[in-house]
Amino acid sequence: MKIFCNGEALEIDPGIRVADYLSQLGLETSSVVVECDGKILSREEYGGHVLQDGSVLELIRFVGGG
Amino acid sequence: MLTIAGRKFRSRLFGGTGKFSSPEVMKEALAASGCEMVTVALRRVDLNNPADDIMRVLDRDRYLFLPNTSGARDADEAIRLARLARASGGGEWLKLEVTPDPRTLLPDPIETLKATEALVREGFKVLPYINADPILALRLQDAGAVAVMPLGSPIGTNQGVLTRFQIEIIIAQAQVPVIVDAGLGAPSHVAEAMEMGADAVLVNTAIAVAGDPVRMARAFALAVEAGRIAYEAGLGAVRKEAAPSSPEDGLGFLR
Repeated sequence: MKIFCNGEALEIDPGIRVADYLSQLGLETSSVVVECDGKILSREEYGGHVLQDGSVLELIRFVGGG
Repeated sequence: MLTIAGRKFRSRLFGGTGKFSSPEVMKEALAASGCEMVTVALRRVDLNNPADDIMRVLDRDRYLFLPNTSGARDADEAIRLARLARASGGGEWLKLEVTPDPRTLLPDPIETLKATEALVREGFKVLPYINADPILALRLQDAGAVAVMPLGSPIGTNQGVLTRFQIEIIIAQAQVPVIVDAGLGAPSHVAEAMEMGADAVLVNTAIAVAGDPVRMARAFALAVEAGRIAYEAGLGAVRKEAAPSSPEDGLGFLR
């Protein structure tokens, strides 16, 4: 199935949870915030939230800025 | 000691974390600056380089994070960024930036006020970045901003305090701390702002792009301290006409 992550269309297997997906990318859950279909997920929700076909995912983190 | 929203700061210099050549240089420069609060921005994770994370070098116990809403062009975008910052563990502190024009990066006063009102209601400690507008500063203070951050000159220009007249009025009127932000390009610029009575300054570019950012950070720290001491000591009045420093009497032997 297809999701949109940070503006890129990506093929992923069905049934993947947000926590699994972050782990596949090598991202620490503590270092990113996840917005899925316009809703911010709390870290407690990463383990239970299953990505759906067409999900729009934004993975955001702190970067240097002034 | 400076107090903002009940929190005390020994240093009146706040640091930015952008534009440094490496995370290690940033870490050392921030340490040399003595600052206790640093700004950070929010951006998408680079999926091609997900390990690139400045947080690995920033000690959250040492620095209070001041997430900014840089990149927001209106109040709605700023509010979305603010909520993401809080969800990222950034806490309640927020440098509110709404800059619709990428050429000038000047802040939109109307959207900034709208966003401040909304974010204060959501419990954020809002520090709005503003043009040096004394009326707007009062409106934001009334809306619940915990400090105001008038610009010295446009972001990243290193032009110094071009808004002196307006900042003097803001300082004279404000009941909340005034933090001069943006465009402070040299230690003399921050000394000037502090001599005027600014409560603090925020510096990013001038330190980050210096030939030696660590030494420059130290220079800025000294200038902030010197400017503050001068303000507290009370500067002599500016005069239009000369006034001799040496006695006028006792020159009878010359003529």
